[in-house]
Amino acid sequence: MLRKLVIAAGLTITAAAPASAACAFQNQTPIKVLAASFAAWRAVTAAMQECGNVQVELDLQYRDKQPAALRAKPALYHIAGLAPNTLVPLLNDGSVRPLDDLVAKFGQNLQPNQLIRIDGKVMAIAMMINVQHLMYREDLLKQANVEPPKTYEELLKAAEAIRKAGLAQYPIGGTYKAGWDLATEFVNLFHGYGGQFIGQGNMPAVNGEAGRKTLEMMKALTGYMDPEFLVSDATFVQKQFQQGKIALSNLWSSRAGAMDNAAESSVVGKVTMAAAPAAMAGGKPATTVFWDGFSIARNITDAEAEAAFRVAMEGLDEEMVKANNAAAVWLVKGFETTRLAQGAIASAMAGAPPYPATTAMGFMHTALGENVADYLTGRKTLEQTLQAIEASYTTRAKEAGLLK
Amino acid sequence: MKTRTFLGFVAPSMAVMLLFIALPLVSVLWQSLHNTQRVFREQSVESCSPSFIGQTCVTEKRMQPVLDAEGRPVSETRFIGLESYRLLLAPELLSKAVRGVSGAFDELMRQDFYRALRFTLTFALVTLPFVLLIGLGLALGVDTLAKIWRGPMIFVSLLPYVITPVVGALSIRWLFIGDGILTAGLSALAGTKLSLFAQGWTIELLMILYRIWHIAPFAFVVFYAGLQTLDRSQIEAAVIDGATRAQRLRYVVLPHLMPLIVFVALIHLMDSYRVFEEIIGFSAQAHRISLQWLTFHYLTPDHTGNRAVSRASASAILTIIGVAILLLPLVIRTWRDRAREA
Repeated sequence: MLRKLVIAAGLTITAAAPASAACAFQNQTPIKVLAASFAAWRAVTAAMQECGNVQVELDLQYRDKQPAALRAKPALYHIAGLAPNTLVPLLNDGSVRPLDDLVAKFGQNLQPNQLIRIDGKVMAIAMMINVQHLMYREDLLKQANVEPPKTYEELLKAAEAIRKAGLAQYPIGGTYKAGWDLATEFVNLFHGYGGQFIGQGNMPAVNGEAGRKTLEMMKALTGYMDPEFLVSDATFVQKQFQQGKIALSNLWSSRAGAMDNAAESSVVGKVTMAAAPAAMAGGKPATTVFWDGFSIARNITDAEAEAAFRVAMEGLDEEMVKANNAAAVWLVKGFETTRLAQGAIASAMAGAPPYPATTAMGFMHTALGENVADYLTGRKTLEQTLQAIEASYTTRAKEAGLLK
Repeated sequence: MKTRTFLGFVAPSMAVMLLFIALPLVSVLWQSLHNTQRVFREQSVESCSPSFIGQTCVTEKRMQPVLDAEGRPVSETRFIGLESYRLLLAPELLSKAVRGVSGAFDELMRQDFYRALRFTLTFALVTLPFVLLIGLGLALGVDTLAKIWRGPMIFVSLLPYVITPVVGALSIRWLFIGDGILTAGLSALAGTKLSLFAQGWTIELLMILYRIWHIAPFAFVVFYAGLQTLDRSQIEAAVIDGATRAQRLRYVVLPHLMPLIVFVALIHLMDSYRVFEEIIGFSAQAHRISLQWLTFHYLTPDHTGNRAVSRASASAILTIIGVAILLLPLVIRTWRDRAREA
């Protein structure tokens, strides 16, 4: 039922888009796109649709659908919008194709750093950087008389000061929705505390100092969050900001544009972007750098793949970026940095590591998503949670054949 | 009836049951005893991730799935016996808990399967009496109404049952989540901010209330139909004998409805043991999970695209066994009644 609703929503978007406007060619091949639902993808897919015959489905749950949909013969979508972590299942299935030929033929406008090479072959094209970084209400921080936090300890102090000043009961917002979102928050902090997830022979290495500190910090942060944090995803936090309910959050840069969208936001111009706080004083920002982009399905004809790639190139042209400069931190030619992009740039420049997109990490991320919430709800103790994460990882990795 | 005729009538439904019930069950059982794995090989892989200036490239040893000539992953299937059942049921822990080793019971209840079992049983058994009582109350009430009001009343009472479960669950969730209109109203009444989705028991209560609201009309409509077949002369006789209203209900109406009550109870237990929509609709999985949700969770691809098909199948088989055990007392009772009648 949900799926039907989402498809219906996707079709509505298709219907609402302007028929061909500024596309260099008239596309005759029906092309289907599945991507995540946020401002940048809405902009890119609208530009793709200008070429005609493009059907778009935008869905935040795309990662659940994509592997099976692309494994089908023929694949159910031609263009798969994805991120480093969601590329892993498709690479494991062999369901996306190398793009070197198409890049040589139609990719003149691509920047060299947009080409995602795995083992020497271009397997995906990146369009933007996405990273969780600090967003804060400058006005509220000034009223509470605190400096913008540089570390998580300072973040807690700032939240306490804002609460004491009566400016917000729950000053911190967090994407703590049980599952992938919550696991990603763990990954960010764990890296910040210098942890390594996978040890020798693909064995899990979470149960240690970094794991303990991460869980403790997460619990401390939830003390300043709306008590329903376990259902809070990025859209929820974005709305909390827009409605002026929260003052601080480590939120995706893809959501920065929404803060200044006067149609939705009551805090236009008041939210400042900065590098993600460090976990340890003097450390690197505790966050991981993601990119968003697309791959082309393997199980489609070469002619379809060519049409899909050309449509995608039209979606990622300079014209689209100029019209939607604030929607993302684009890697596409023509992007001009704005104050909204400062947080992402500062985080990356200060050495935040890329998200470690490997198969082992895929199991780890799943295991974290299954278990971290149990510590926050008090169902398990710190030690029990860390053990459960490792047990969950081991079970899944053994089942899948990664561990013997 | 001649055996030939009997077989002629029964054969089509037997064939369909074999095809759509028995064979899938055998297949699920087979899958729960086998595991299909990718073949992995350690490989040195260079991968690049974009930054603002140039790219960050790393070369590292990674486990990569082996692909065949057509670029599809190579996989192998092998017999694993009861391994998937062992992972779900944690028999060592169970035996410790049964022997009363301190802390073992709490540890057991933190295991996904037992957590799900605890919620599923509570859900099924707590909703059952309410569904029966409300259904019966509504049926008796509507039965005493003037003829002209019965049609509209039945229509209105049936509405909750007609709504698609996921849609119903989502709409209740939106009434209560965050600053939902009812939570905001309750908070104003209580004078403090309430958060109904912040702890497990409130979500559990909402899910139980939702299911009672949703399914009571079904009990109502079945009981109401049953009341229409009640012989009115029996009631009149009881009235002449001086039976009070309560006595008429107890000695005439209820015995007449008993087979239907058993029927509704059976259907409801079967349905609510497979509780699933509520967990999704209320996003309850951080706090409460059900057995059916567990099967779904194992079937959902993880972040490597792998599905735990073997554990999902084992969980499905255990659900079937669970339903069978739950229904046993009622089935035995019905069987005894039949034997007595015959």
